[in-house]
Amino acid sequence: MARFWTRLMVVLTLILGVNYIGWRWAASLNWDAWWIAVPLIVAETYSLIDVLLFGMTVWRLKERTGAPPARPDATVDVFVTTYNEPLEMVMNTALAAARIRHPHSTWILDDGDRPELRQLAAEHGLGYVTRGEDWANKPRHAKAGNLNNALMVTAGEFLLILDADQVPEPDILEKTLGYFNNRKVALVQTPQYFTNVPGDDPLGSQAPLFYGPIQQGKDGWNAAFFCGSNAVLRREALMELGLLGYVRETEKSIRRALAASKKAIRQGRKAADADSPLVGAMLDEVEAAIAQADSQLAAGKSLSELTYEVQRKVGAAVRTLVQADVHALQADLQEIAAMDLAAVGDTGVKVITDEAVQRLSAREWSPLGAMESVQAVLDALTVERAGEAQPLMPLATISVTEDMATAMRMHARGWQSVYHHEILAYGLAPEDIGTMMTQRLRWAQGTMQVLLRENPLTQRGLKWGQRLMYFSTMWSYLSGFAAIVYFAAPAIYLLLGILPVSSLSADFFIRFIPFMVVNQVLFAVAGRGIPTWRGQQYSLALFPTWIKACTTAARNVWFGRPLGFAVTPKSRQSGGPRWSLIRPQLAVAALLVVAAVAGTVRLATGLAEPVGTLVNVAWVVFDLLVLSVLFKAVRYRGHGPGANPTDPCNLSPDFPVETERNLDGA
Amino acid sequence: MELSHQAKGSYTEVLASGRLNMVSAPTLRAYVGEVVSSGSSRIVVNLAQTSFMDSSGLGALIGCLKAARQAGGDLRIAAVQPQVKMVLELTSMDRVLTSYSTTEEAFGND
Repeated sequence: MARFWTRLMVVLTLILGVNYIGWRWAASLNWDAWWIAVPLIVAETYSLIDVLLFGMTVWRLKERTGAPPARPDATVDVFVTTYNEPLEMVMNTALAAARIRHPHSTWILDDGDRPELRQLAAEHGLGYVTRGEDWANKPRHAKAGNLNNALMVTAGEFLLILDADQVPEPDILEKTLGYFNNRKVALVQTPQYFTNVPGDDPLGSQAPLFYGPIQQGKDGWNAAFFCGSNAVLRREALMELGLLGYVRETEKSIRRALAASKKAIRQGRKAADADSPLVGAMLDEVEAAIAQADSQLAAGKSLSELTYEVQRKVGAAVRTLVQADVHALQADLQEIAAMDLAAVGDTGVKVITDEAVQRLSAREWSPLGAMESVQAVLDALTVERAGEAQPLMPLATISVTEDMATAMRMHARGWQSVYHHEILAYGLAPEDIGTMMTQRLRWAQGTMQVLLRENPLTQRGLKWGQRLMYFSTMWSYLSGFAAIVYFAAPAIYLLLGILPVSSLSADFFIRFIPFMVVNQVLFAVAGRGIPTWRGQQYSLALFPTWIKACTTAARNVWFGRPLGFAVTPKSRQSGGPRWSLIRPQLAVAALLVVAAVAGTVRLATGLAEPVGTLVNVAWVVFDLLVLSVLFKAVRYRGHGPGANPTDPCNLSPDFPVETERNLDGA
Repeated sequence: MELSHQAKGSYTEVLASGRLNMVSAPTLRAYVGEVVSSGSSRIVVNLAQTSFMDSSGLGALIGCLKAARQAGGDLRIAAVQPQVKMVLELTSMDRVLTSYSTTEEAFGND
C-alpha cells in the first residue's frame, strides 16, 4: 500500500511539476528582467529534475527481508582503515572487529605507519598492514591506495571495510554474507550511523533519508552503491576491476607515448650533438623501433610483446652507442699510453669489460637519459605501470571518494549490489562545523570528479536506470548554484521591485501551489515520516561548499590542479565559534533582512504592491529559516557524554532527517 | 651543464656543475680544449657539482685528459660524487684518473 501512495505521489509530482515549469518557460518569463528571470527558471527546472530523480529512486524502493544463511566456509578479511585517528579509537574498532562471529582475519590498515599501533596490533594478535617501499615517490591515492595495498597482501574471498570509528556488531557478517550466495552480488552496503549526535542533529550528521529510502530505491534499480565503510565486497569483483583497469591504463599510456614519440625524438635530435653521427644513428634506431611498435599496435599485437621488442631494440641501440663511447675512450687511452707509458699505470691500458658496458647501457645510467623527452616516451612503452606503486588498483583512484567510482565500475561489469537496511556498525560524526564542512566538501568534490571523469550517462555496461541513479546523486550536488538564485530573487524584488515572473496572478498560484504541496507530500510518503527539513536546510545553506566542490573538481579534472584535499579529522577541533567559516551565508542573511525591511517600507510608501511583497517576504523568511541551521551549527561544541543517544537499533522516525552524504531529494 | 674556470697559480680549475651526459659531454670537451689551447695544460676538473655521468661523459673526460697530455700537461679530477665514483670504478677508470678530495690536493705533490 505504501508503494502505491509513493508511486501516486511521484506521478502527481511529475504531472504538476511539468505543468508548472512548462508554463513558467512558455508564458511567465519577465524578459525585461532576463538577468534574474532566466537564472530563476533554470534553478526551478534544476529542482524539478532533482525531485523527479528522487521520485524515480523511490519508485522501485526495495525492502529486503534479510539474507539467507552464509556459507560457513566463506573466508573474510576485515579491514579497519586509519590514517591519523587516535589509537584508542582504532583499537576499539579493531577489537570489536576481531569479535565478529563469522570466522575472519582482522587487519588494521595504518596509513599513518605508526609503530605504537603496529605493536598494539601484534599484542592483540591482529593483522597490521602499512604501505611498503613500492609506494615511495608514487601517487598514494589516499584511502583507495591504502585498501589496494592491503588487497595485495591478504587473501579472503570477501572484505568487510570499516572506517576507524565504525564499531561493528558481532553479527555483521552473519547478516550480510548470505547475499553473496548469489554469485553475481559484489557489494553489500549497510547504513552509516553515528552515536555522538544529539536528537536535533545540528550538523546534519545522520543520513536516514539516504541510508533508507534513497539507498533502498537505488537497490531496486540494482544501483545501491558503496559508501566507503560498513560494506562487504567480493574480492573477485575488485580484482576484475583491477585487471581491467591495468590493461586499459597500460594501453592508454602506450598509445599516448606512441603519439608523442615523433615530437620527442625531434626534441632529442635538437638537444644532442648535431655533429655526432653515432647519436643520430641511435635516434634513427629508436625512431624505427617506435614506428614498428605503432604499426604492431594497430595490427593488434599484444602489448607485452610489442613493448618488449621496443625495449630490446632500443637497448641494443643504446649499447652500440655506449660501446662506441668506450671504443673512442680506449683509443684515447692508447694514444696517451704511447705518449707516456708510466702515467697510464704498469698494467697497461685498461680494458672496459662487457659487464661495465651493460651497466652503462641500462636504464639508470643510459645516455638516452640526457634526452628527457625520448626517455619519457620509452618509459611509457612498458607494461610495468611504472608510475604506480602496484600494477593492480582494484579500488578506483580517479576520485577522492573511491567508493562511488568503484561501485559504478562494478555495476558496469554486470555485478549486482545489495543495500541491507539495518544498522550493524556505530560510528562517530564530526563534532564541529569546520570538520563537518571539510567532510562535505570532500564528498562533493569526489562525486564531481566521478561525474567529470566517468560520467554515468555515457558509461558502457550500465542500464539506464543505473545511470540515472548515479547521475541523481551527482545532480544533487549542483544545488549550490540554485541556492544563490533562490536567495537573490526575493532580495531583488524587495529592494528594486523587479519581478522575474511576468505577473503574480492567479495563473501563477494555481500551478505553483499544487506542485509545492504534492512535492512535500512525496517526501513525507516516501520518507515514511522521516522529516526532511535538516537535509533541505543543508542542501541550500552550504551553497559555498557545494560551489567550491564543483569549481575545484572541474579545475582538478580539466587542468590537473590539486583539490586542496584534507583528511576529515575524527576528533573534535578546539577553539571558539568560527563565524568566519560561514561568512558568505552571514552576508546573504544580512542582505535578506535588509531586503525584507526595504520591501516593507516600499509597500508602506506605495512603491510596491501587496501580493508581490507578501510572497517575497515569505520567501525571505523561508530562506532565513534555511540559513538558521548554521547559527546553531557554528556554536555546536560536540555531543556531551551525558546526552541521551537515540536508540541505535533502528532508524527512529523522530530523527531529524538529513541527506548529508547525498543531497538527493533535498 | 654549467662550466667555468679559474687560474690557481700552478694549475687551472675547471668547475663543472650539472649532469655530464651525452648532451653536455661535447660542451665539456670543447671547453677544456679551449682552456688547454689558451696555454693552461695543468687542469683540475672540480666535480663537486656533477651529480651524474654516463659513458659519453666519461669519454669526454678521457678526451680532455688526452688533450692535456698532448699539450704537455695533465688532467686530474677532484671532489667526485657517488654516482660518478661508481662509474669510474666500474670501468676501472679510477686507476687512470685518480680522484682527489679537493682541487688543492690534485697537484699538491708536484
